[in-house]
Amino acid sequence: MGLQAYSGSGWILTKLEDLINWGRKRSPWPLPYGTACCGIEMMCALASGYDMARFGAERPSFSPRQADVLIEAGTITKKMVPILKRIYDQMAEPKWVIAMGACACSGGVFRTYSTLQGIDKVIPVDVYVPGCPPRPEGLLYALIKVMEKIEKDHPLRKQFDQLKLGVDNGA
Amino acid sequence: MELKDMIRGCLGPLAVAIDEFRGDLSVEVPKSHIIDALRRLKDDPGLGFDFLSDLFGVDNSEIYKKKTASKKPGDEGPETPSENDMPSPPRFDVIYLLLSLKTNRRLRVKARIAEDDPVIDSVTSIWKAATWPEREVFDMYGIRFKGHPDLRRLLMWDEFPAHPLRKDYPLEGMGEERCLIYE
Repeated sequence: MGLQAYSGSGWILTKLEDLINWGRKRSPWPLPYGTACCGIEMMCALASGYDMARFGAERPSFSPRQADVLIEAGTITKKMVPILKRIYDQMAEPKWVIAMGACACSGGVFRTYSTLQGIDKVIPVDVYVPGCPPRPEGLLYALIKVMEKIEKDHPLRKQFDQLKLGVDNGA
Repeated sequence: MELKDMIRGCLGPLAVAIDEFRGDLSVEVPKSHIIDALRRLKDDPGLGFDFLSDLFGVDNSEIYKKKTASKKPGDEGPETPSENDMPSPPRFDVIYLLLSLKTNRRLRVKARIAEDDPVIDSVTSIWKAATWPEREVFDMYGIRFKGHPDLRRLLMWDEFPAHPLRKDYPLEGMGEERCLIYE
């Protein structure tokens, strides 16, 4: 990110898109959705030992309204599908999803009538974390991957495209 | 006095069969008298089986299938009444595990339930603790409990179309999915 500071009263020259991405990237507030053993592993990653807060995931949000990254840690049963979908729908854009562990990715060892065979059947997933359960490092790595994805994002492109279309239509 | 004899004395003709295996006693009672039998076992001063530690269902259909399959058709030999001539045994069991908190003795009570009439009296009038296990058995096997205060599914969602612990239900299901519907 091309950031040049000038002396004086603190001017910064940058692109607005970079600034937005910079802000989003450094505060991926997680919504911990732990349903099984992976949930324990996720708590471990959030706790002092691995300290996910180092990466800006400072505040685990238990409200979908103030969360950016849904960390789906654990098995999702088919009975729970509407709840997961509703939680995802309630999250404000922009949002990212980490599928943590084999169950969230693909149903894992539970190839049964009651288990959802991967949460990507219901909601879009950005990063898949393999393992049963993955170590906390795995989750931290996934979070860094989400950050890399945010970095490549173009948050204003859609708005500008719409504006351009509007101009074209107006003319 | 042996526990077996005490139970026989307590239940009388209600004990259809008493079976002991490695020190575990199980008694079969007719399903029409299940409430009567369990109440007797609970209230008997000598036995006092006052604690229902579990209640669950069993589907025996696979066992029966294996038994009939092991008999080869067209076997030479003396004519024995084949399995087909006999009335087929009831498909389901409902099993009650009882514990006496006073004497620390345990007992298994079994009631057999035919497939074409999967109804048995609820024992919630004797033990409040039977409500959820009975809901689970209803959910998994489709056995209905007469007199249950709230007979809904316990584990699967309400619209689920099958009874998954029946042996003819495939492990991976039949493609049932649940989706979110905004009202």
